[in-house]
Amino acid sequence: MKEAPLSSCERAFILGALAEKRRLDGRQAYDYRELRIGFGVDRGGCHVQIGETRVLAQVSCEVLVPRQTRPNEGMLYINLELSPMACPTFEPGKLSEVGVEVNRALERCVRDSSCIDLESLCIVSGEKVWQIRVDVHVLNHEGNIMDTACIAAITALAHFRRPDVTVCGEDVTIHTAEEKSLVPLTVNHMPLSVTFSFFEQGFV
Amino acid sequence: MRFKQIGIILETDARTIMENIRCQPSSLTRPDGSATFYEGDTTVVAAVYGPTEVKLSKEQIDKATVEVTFKPKQGLPGCAEKAKESMIRSTCESALLCMLHPRTAVNIVLQEMQDSGSLLSCCINAACQALMNAGVSMRFVVAAVSCVLDSEDQIVLFPELKQEQDAKAKMTFVFASNSNNVVLATSSGIISPKLFQKCLITSQEAGTKTFELYRDWLSKQN
Repeated sequence: MKEAPLSSCERAFILGALAEKRRLDGRQAYDYRELRIGFGVDRGGCHVQIGETRVLAQVSCEVLVPRQTRPNEGMLYINLELSPMACPTFEPGKLSEVGVEVNRALERCVRDSSCIDLESLCIVSGEKVWQIRVDVHVLNHEGNIMDTACIAAITALAHFRRPDVTVCGEDVTIHTAEEKSLVPLTVNHMPLSVTFSFFEQGFV
Repeated sequence: MRFKQIGIILETDARTIMENIRCQPSSLTRPDGSATFYEGDTTVVAAVYGPTEVKLSKEQIDKATVEVTFKPKQGLPGCAEKAKESMIRSTCESALLCMLHPRTAVNIVLQEMQDSGSLLSCCINAACQALMNAGVSMRFVVAAVSCVLDSEDQIVLFPELKQEQDAKAKMTFVFASNSNNVVLATSSGIISPKLFQKCLITSQEAGTKTFELYRDWLSKQN
């Protein structure tokens, strides 16, 4: 669906209000909306709400062959889905420009900042490593998807527990949750993103 | 809020079903209609946009095009998801008065929040609640009931994940509110025709109780 363009009187109203240091919902310039984090039944599932923007994140793991360039590191894959329920302009399937931007920013924030220790995900170097997959679904878009998605991804990764593995010579045994308690991921730090908007070339 | 897992057996009374089925209408602000449906721990969020603009390739001159998208919580959507979408779409097409809105589209998006069994029935119920919330004209409302036949030939309604996996046969029935007829029936596994009929009748009773729940929720909303 095409996006409905913002009318010129709406635009003028918002800019005029901002010039008087007023926002549409009564907040001050640096005020944040209410943040709510909820966890699901499954480990690694969390639901974050900033104001009315809602994002759901779920972490899952799988044993795969590692990349040839990095044989002793696990893999972290982040998949952002702008669900058509969040906004009528989001199409299912291919990510729009906004979606690609947010996905890339999320990857930089979570993967490139090395907040998860990937070397601890190695089982047998060059043969078996854990691939951690984070699926982030945007459910409702009322602004600031970036921050909400970031918080959801980090919280889900911190909440997640992977199965325990024992390597005995050539044998690799992956234990079920009943045999051995699940192991958390090694989280080094928690990167968070904060979004600022500049109006009128930075004067507002 | 977490609810107790439900895996009720034939002899249990209506109260158990009614305690574990919940609905949160208008849970999202952007869509025209939305609902979060809980069947025990299983949770599905449904959003409806419509009747709205439709792509020329999918336009139908005499009725509205119903499009359903189901998104699983983890991984990319695959064949199982497409199968669910097609079942939900055919149910909604029967229930909606599509002829009132020609050359438009009704988009239904479903997101799995938690799967602890009976997912298809939860999806269909959530879609129906979201359509009601959006105010799209419907011929009748629908109630979906999941039913399994366990290894001891016991009928279990709204099974948990473990019960579903160990079951001999799994069925989902969808009933219409005006006539209590079957709108959709899907099954897998091995079951004798007599037992199938018994499951159908049991599910129909559960469906009637679900319709009473719907009426209760609507009256409380107003």
